[in-house]
Amino acid sequence: MPRKQECIAMLLAGGQGSRLGILTKNIAKPAVPYGGKYRIIDFPLSNCVNSGIYTVGVLTQYQPLELNNYIGNGQPWDLDRAEGGVHILPPYQQIKGSEWYKGTANAIYQNIHFIDRYSPDYVAILSGDHIYKMNYDKMLSYHKEKNADCTIACIEVPWEEASRFGLMFVDSEGRITDFEEKPKNPRSNKASMGVYIFTWSKLRQYLIDDEADPNSSNDFGKDVIPKMHRAGERMYAYEFDGYWKDVGTIDSLWEANLDLLNPQINIDLDDASWKIYSRNAAAPPHYISADSKVENSLVSAGCEIEGEIDYSVLFSNVTVEKGACVKYSIIMPGAVIKEGAVVQYSIVAENAVIESGAVVGEKPESMKDPSAWGVAVVGAGVTIGKGVTVPSKAMIDKDMKGGN
Amino acid sequence: MRARNILGIIFANMYDDCLHELTALRTMASVPFGGRYRLIDFHLSNMVNCGIDKVGVVTKGNYRSLMDHLGNGRPWDLARKRDGLFLLPPFNADSSRSRSSRLEALIDLLPFIESADDEFVILTDCNVVCSFDYSGLIDFHKNTGADITVCCKRGIRPNLNDLMTFETDSDCRVTKIAVSPKLTEECLYSLNIVLLRKPFLERLIAEAKSLNYRSFTRDIMQSNVEKFKIYAYEPEGFIRTIDSLKSYYDISMELLKRENRKELFSADRPVFTKVRDDMPAIYGINCKAKNSLIADGCHIEGEVENCILFRGARVGKNAVVKNSILMQGTIVSEGAHLNCVITDKNVTVTQGKNISGAESFPIYISKGIRV
Repeated sequence: MPRKQECIAMLLAGGQGSRLGILTKNIAKPAVPYGGKYRIIDFPLSNCVNSGIYTVGVLTQYQPLELNNYIGNGQPWDLDRAEGGVHILPPYQQIKGSEWYKGTANAIYQNIHFIDRYSPDYVAILSGDHIYKMNYDKMLSYHKEKNADCTIACIEVPWEEASRFGLMFVDSEGRITDFEEKPKNPRSNKASMGVYIFTWSKLRQYLIDDEADPNSSNDFGKDVIPKMHRAGERMYAYEFDGYWKDVGTIDSLWEANLDLLNPQINIDLDDASWKIYSRNAAAPPHYISADSKVENSLVSAGCEIEGEIDYSVLFSNVTVEKGACVKYSIIMPGAVIKEGAVVQYSIVAENAVIESGAVVGEKPESMKDPSAWGVAVVGAGVTIGKGVTVPSKAMIDKDMKGGN
Repeated sequence: MRARNILGIIFANMYDDCLHELTALRTMASVPFGGRYRLIDFHLSNMVNCGIDKVGVVTKGNYRSLMDHLGNGRPWDLARKRDGLFLLPPFNADSSRSRSSRLEALIDLLPFIESADDEFVILTDCNVVCSFDYSGLIDFHKNTGADITVCCKRGIRPNLNDLMTFETDSDCRVTKIAVSPKLTEECLYSLNIVLLRKPFLERLIAEAKSLNYRSFTRDIMQSNVEKFKIYAYEPEGFIRTIDSLKSYYDISMELLKRENRKELFSADRPVFTKVRDDMPAIYGINCKAKNSLIADGCHIEGEVENCILFRGARVGKNAVVKNSILMQGTIVSEGAHLNCVITDKNVTVTQGKNISGAESFPIYISKGIRV
């Protein structure tokens, strides 16, 4: 048996992220590229290692190929370890038959034996959908200090957005007194971040009971946590005041990328004490030509820039030819923007090609009906032909032929 | 072809003196180059890209930065149970002294070479910046039936001591070898990348030891030009020999040309290096950057033109940096002006300073200096 670990992490990475549309057609949401060289899952994985958690189970289910390949043996995150390290945990066949992960709680239930191998005192349940830098070790100290059974990380959100979140009511001691799931008229603005620490012995029993309950949907937020609360377990809120963003939709993914360019926003990826690790492309430094104009942007290795870039995030090996213009956009690895093409307010996925003269996306100001505005998305490997116009909010997952 | 039966040997300290500014604190192998690499990366990558999976790196001194860079060889996929990367520092103080020449180092390494079960050996130095497919060299060696194949290049001879130049017949067989001749016209000079059969090399080393030979170029190559079948192979691609700080500067600047980058960083032969996990480069508002090679982790808020910026270099507001090479962690503070300057790692140029060299004489600022 492996040596006992105080705390291990279980990362829920099986979600499809259907609101990301064609960006998650072939990859699971945690594998979606973010921030010029990262994928979403780099954040929870790096948080784990930086917090001293070296045993991480990654629960996969939807389109796991790319994610499995990306995580590999965990070396980029220092998680290739003789003891612990990163483990990919897909659903598996058992003697009583096989079943998919029915819900988040069921996914953990099906891996009770994995967790038991390390006899942990605590288990952190994390999701692979958020961009944030957080020290789980501090949260664990809080959990122990409060002698809690369950600690939920929460963040204060603007009141006008509060109704999109699971909200918590907290007393002066930090103890959670009540929950509200996406209420119309929020009475609290403390939102759950989807980061939980449980005392394992407690959670283990709740998971077994929840599995036995035929009426349960086997979900943490809907079933297990309300049950623990009703039973009067010690549940505490851990307040977090850094940057945290759910990148569940096209618009929020776009915004979260551009947040990196906003000096007012507190997500420093350049902090040597809390590095975000990722699997790096073996590419040379990027080149900007004498004709180019690059301002207020992030540019990654291997890019060749001859055009104009403003307020954009460019991933590795992107080509922007002469006279092309990229503004307020996210360009994922290997994409090519040809001569004179315009890409604005858009997300261009991996290896897509925007032929010369094409125009992708629209400015919100230029819309007749500003409320109909949205980010345009060009899917992976798609070619947008010469002179083609891709309107605002479009999602293109097939080649569009252009004129000559 | 894949070259699993070849042992690679890289000499890390060869020609250190020609670049004494940059090698004061490191080996030639660990000299930073091209915005994120060390010179040895090109040779290790050439080797692993053609399937070589056992590489010995021979060092003499100053090798701490090299060990830090290489680690267990993982970035080159050479962290292996079987074969992989072998660091070969001097065995003891005596062997450090005795490693003053290539041949003496080889004599010292004989047990390592003998212990390998490969059929061939490739020897290389680090002062040549190149990326080419070794399989052409290997095929050439087999097709010509050569005893020794030396990679070489036609051009003006680099100003290095102990550098061979060749005359060949129409089949590329070497008929005459001169060592560092006084030549001003173009000639065929050695790149010091040598391929030969391992048993043959072992025989040469044993002989050299018993006869007290000192020089690989003179006692092995030059004296045996008629006896051995020595062939000259001219690889294609971006291949440059560094022989001085000036040539280091010029060769670096050649990377600002697209065709050179395409040859050196071809997609099917990636150049691998140690990963630093920097974030992408950040361009600030109102910054100006033109014709430059810029690595991850750079912050540019001022003006940069015709430059190579290594990982984590910073150029502050209103600073102007032209025709310069800023190595890892260099900070150019607000309002400073740099022209034709090479800053080593972690140099800080404080506010408003003005430093200017000439293209024919770049100014070098050594590691960690605060100007």
